[in-house]
Amino acid sequence: MHALKKNRPLRRIVLASAATVSGMVLLLSLKPHTSPTVVTASTDSPSVSSSSSASGGGAGTTTGDTVQTRWGPVQVRVTVRGGRLTDVTAVRYPRDNPRDQEINSYALPQLRREALAAQSAAIDTVSGATYTSTGYRQSLQSALDSAGL
Amino acid sequence: MADTVAEPGEAPAAVRHAEEVMGTVFSFDVRGGEPGAVRAALDEAVAGLRAADAVFSTYREDSEVARLARGELTVAECAPDVAEVLRLAAEAERVSEGWFSSRYQGSLDPTGIVKGWAAERAARLLAGVAGVCGVSVNGGGDVQLLGTPEPQRPWRVGVADPLRPGGLAAVVSAAGTAELSVATSGTAERGAHIVDPRTGRPAVTDLVSVTVVGPRLTWVDCWATAAFAMGSRAGLAWLESLPDVEGLLITAGDEVRCTGGLAARLG
Repeated sequence: MHALKKNRPLRRIVLASAATVSGMVLLLSLKPHTSPTVVTASTDSPSVSSSSSASGGGAGTTTGDTVQTRWGPVQVRVTVRGGRLTDVTAVRYPRDNPRDQEINSYALPQLRREALAAQSAAIDTVSGATYTSTGYRQSLQSALDSAGL
Repeated sequence: MADTVAEPGEAPAAVRHAEEVMGTVFSFDVRGGEPGAVRAALDEAVAGLRAADAVFSTYREDSEVARLARGELTVAECAPDVAEVLRLAAEAERVSEGWFSSRYQGSLDPTGIVKGWAAERAARLLAGVAGVCGVSVNGGGDVQLLGTPEPQRPWRVGVADPLRPGGLAAVVSAAGTAELSVATSGTAERGAHIVDPRTGRPAVTDLVSVTVVGPRLTWVDCWATAAFAMGSRAGLAWLESLPDVEGLLITAGDEVRCTGGLAARLG
């Protein structure tokens, strides 16, 4: 697993996520200029144009171009707040046949997981396996409650 | 713990509270409304949780459910909540084809439904306070959300990553819906405590965590428990068959599977 640091540029994080989701087509939408074939992300790729406007500390949601892949159209939306990636969502992806659905069922969450684990998201509360009163003290929920209190 | 603070500001007033009850901690976040009225309702909601614990706890020999299980009381002699919870538990058992059960080792034990039911009831009570626009009640990791925290912002729930403590596996958004609940069953916090109702032993499952998303916590809490016991293959297929319900399943091998409609709820 990648030990991503919070202060790294967005582009690096997105690409690192891509590298771990090997063969996954989603990130193609962040590379609107590449040809619609399977691309393994590499850190020297210059074409993550849809995230460049957000990597300087701004806020906003950027939706990449729809890219035709051999599996069908794919489009990803990236949300950035305070210069930090807070969300990666596939807004359009192939889901016509069972194989698509099977791939999506693990690849989409995996993509998000990699991105979100790298940086804390803007969340109000946390769902997880039921903690004991003692376990609560070490929980993310406890941290959120403390921040709120 | 048990502190209550109201925040001033332009956004709707926020009243937050954490309370130790039912062997865990309930976290409340109420937006909007007059803080005094919200605090009064919070007191009532917490009293409701304590009352439910006193009635339903199987750890208390003198609870109504413990006495009911021993045959010392009939349902009619118990508080009206008992009949309601048993009815809901029977429905959960039916829908889950027996994978959710309100019996443990042959004895009445509706513990699996009580916390979610009580948390949802508390959330609805708080939402009834004049001026309240949003309520979040988190009962030890199972969340009921109502309304919105701010006019233009939905509630957002992180799903704890069972294999990376402190990390998130996903974020679920309540955007576009007035009611959303998120419940997670898993072994990360308390070990193998989920029982296969058919064997009475800890469920043999390839999963470490099941998160279920749907409108009502009473149900999604039960569905998370049932799907966990089913395992990833049967659990995913079963969750997929339920209307208005989505699921995210994480296996011991760190594979993540989700129902087809979950993507619309993420982020």
